[in-house]
Amino acid sequence: MTTLVLADHDNKELGSATLSAITAAKKLGGDVHVLVAGEGSQAVADAAAKVDGVAKVLHADDAAYGHALAENVAPLIEGLMDGYDALVAPATTTGKNILPRVAAKMDIQQISEIIAVNDDGSFDRPTYAGNAIATVKTSDAKKVITVRATGFDKAATEGGSASVEAVSGPGDSGKSSFVSAQVAESERPELTSASVIVSGGRALQSGENFEKYIEPLADKLGAAIGASRAAVDAGYVPNDYQVGQTGKIVAPEVYIAIGISGAIQHLAGMKDSKTIIAINKDEDAPIFQVADYGLVADLYEAVPELTSKL
Amino acid sequence: MKILVPVKRVIDYNVKPRIKGDQTGVDLSNVKMSMNPFDEIAVEEAARLKEAGKADEVVVVSIGEQKAQETLRTGLAMGADRGILIVTEQMPEPLAVAKILAKVTEEESPDLVILGKQAIDDDSNQTGQMLAALLGWSQGTFASKVEPGEEGVNVTREIDGGLETLKLTTPAIITTDLRLNEPRYASLPNIMKAKKKPIDEKTAADLGVDVAPRLETLKVTEPPKREAGEMVPDVDTLVAKLKEMGVAA
Ligand SMILES: Cc1cc2nc3c(=O)[nH]c(=O)nc-3n(C[C@H](O)[C@H](O)[C@H](O)COP(=O)(O)OP(=O)(O)OC[C@H]3O[C@@H](n4cnc5c(N)ncnc54)[C@H](O)[C@@H]3O)c2cc1C
Ligand SMILES: Nc1ncnc2c1ncn2[C@@H]1O[C@H](COP(=O)(O)O)[C@@H](O)[C@H]1O
Repeated sequence: MTTLVLADHDNKELGSATLSAITAAKKLGGDVHVLVAGEGSQAVADAAAKVDGVAKVLHADDAAYGHALAENVAPLIEGLMDGYDALVAPATTTGKNILPRVAAKMDIQQISEIIAVNDDGSFDRPTYAGNAIATVKTSDAKKVITVRATGFDKAATEGGSASVEAVSGPGDSGKSSFVSAQVAESERPELTSASVIVSGGRALQSGENFEKYIEPLADKLGAAIGASRAAVDAGYVPNDYQVGQTGKIVAPEVYIAIGISGAIQHLAGMKDSKTIIAINKDEDAPIFQVADYGLVADLYEAVPELTSKL
Repeated sequence: MKILVPVKRVIDYNVKPRIKGDQTGVDLSNVKMSMNPFDEIAVEEAARLKEAGKADEVVVVSIGEQKAQETLRTGLAMGADRGILIVTEQMPEPLAVAKILAKVTEEESPDLVILGKQAIDDDSNQTGQMLAALLGWSQGTFASKVEPGEEGVNVTREIDGGLETLKLTTPAIITTDLRLNEPRYASLPNIMKAKKKPIDEKTAADLGVDVAPRLETLKVTEPPKREAGEMVPDVDTLVAKLKEMGVAA
């Protein structure tokens, strides 16, 4: 049994969700190898080799893989899969984009976003916005799995000393090309790995109010900033702030929901947080049904007061 | 340009799913069913491309039980020209859905297939990518902007770090994200008109696709329930709690 883990990265650093995927891969039993496909990504391959429990790193460094285009990366993986019994990737937008393309080519039904590997070889995965946990077993000869990072501890970034082997694939398929990206650089912790998150909803009413009310509180707490779909749709904050069923899944130590009603699609993304705090002026808001501490208040008064008293 | 839009009949997004007592699945009897919300966005996008003169035909296709007819009618009322229903006894898994869609695509030869990024019942997020693989087409997943050009189509994608734009050769597969558009409500006259639009019916067997599931569901259970905690009377109490937890000094 050997498992190949597709690393998520930006050509500079190994994405932390990869560490959770490695933990899940270890639970499958057998050796764990990591594939780093990128361009100018030596530092990522080196970092992957140091991760505890990684036996080997395959490094495909080529302009064709620099932007993780599914049309180029999927055939590379397919070409490597003869030697593997399972393929695992973190359920990041990159993993979700590429893995089904590999699975279909290999005639395998992928198992999406697992949160547990059970002793009998079955997997748990949330469905219906996390309201139904399905336990599934596959009859396919090989497994293709994406891993929800909040379901697994992160593998240690030190302790491994894997060899790094260069590999290559068919390269550029000619089917797609990268045009541009709008990726905001931020000093703040990354949403999916932050220990404290301050999230704002529709009640914030504008991007300016996010800056005025949410940011100072997040600064005080060293927190990442999240948002509901309503706040993103209205353009108060960028799309990558969205927490929920179809946005990011987070499980920080403390999640503070401000002016968010608590629709099931939002809860799906944050209800595994250790402590949930909610500030909402409606005492019947569903968010209070999952909150450890609830404060019924107008955010425009409560949030500045909270920020100033911290 | 011809556009194919696969639409899935799913539990309405406003309904809280209830697990069956015998843990075999979610109870869908007497539950409001609707078109998967991401598929509404897909139909809307196709309808807009047609209205803008960039597409000349929009075909909706649904796979599932006979009642998926209703979902197709919704798509027709939103502006699609005709429907295809592929009847199956059980809802097939994404790989089988993709295989069926590959057959339909071969028969229909569309320039674009626009799917939802994810069905809100199985939350798989696989079918579009699988269809692209089976056809050997390019894929623009999680799209928030679709711009067909002289050659190919530019797709802006919602990714973990923000947005990225790719140029795809056509024919192409696109999957929709929430910000692509705001789907219209079908007007009454359009709902009436949709009743006269043709729906072609077939079975998976007609297409020669094996829909036998690969996954066995051992059980479906409720997630651990989170108990409501306490209501705090004021901001000072909240500050004290945050200090107790060690997140504030
Ligand atoms: C397919 C699909 C996918 C979705 N995916 C997601 C997702 O991933 N994430 C997500 O978040 N949503 C998602 N949604 C949307 C979800 O259903 C809700 O519409 C959304 O979460 C609502 O956002 P909100 O709580 O900010 O807004 P609202 O529901 O409008 O709530 C605003 C809240 O603010 C409170 N409020 C108003 N003024 C004040 C004030 N001055 N002080 C304090 N409180 C105040 C109100 O009492 C209310 O509770 C999805 C929906 C669909 C259909
Ligand atoms: N049974 C089906 N009939 C039609 N389209 C489907 C079906 N299942 C999935 N799809 C399409 O594939 C998308 C992604 O579904 P999934 O991969 O199951 O999350 C959906 O948004 C639909 O566009």
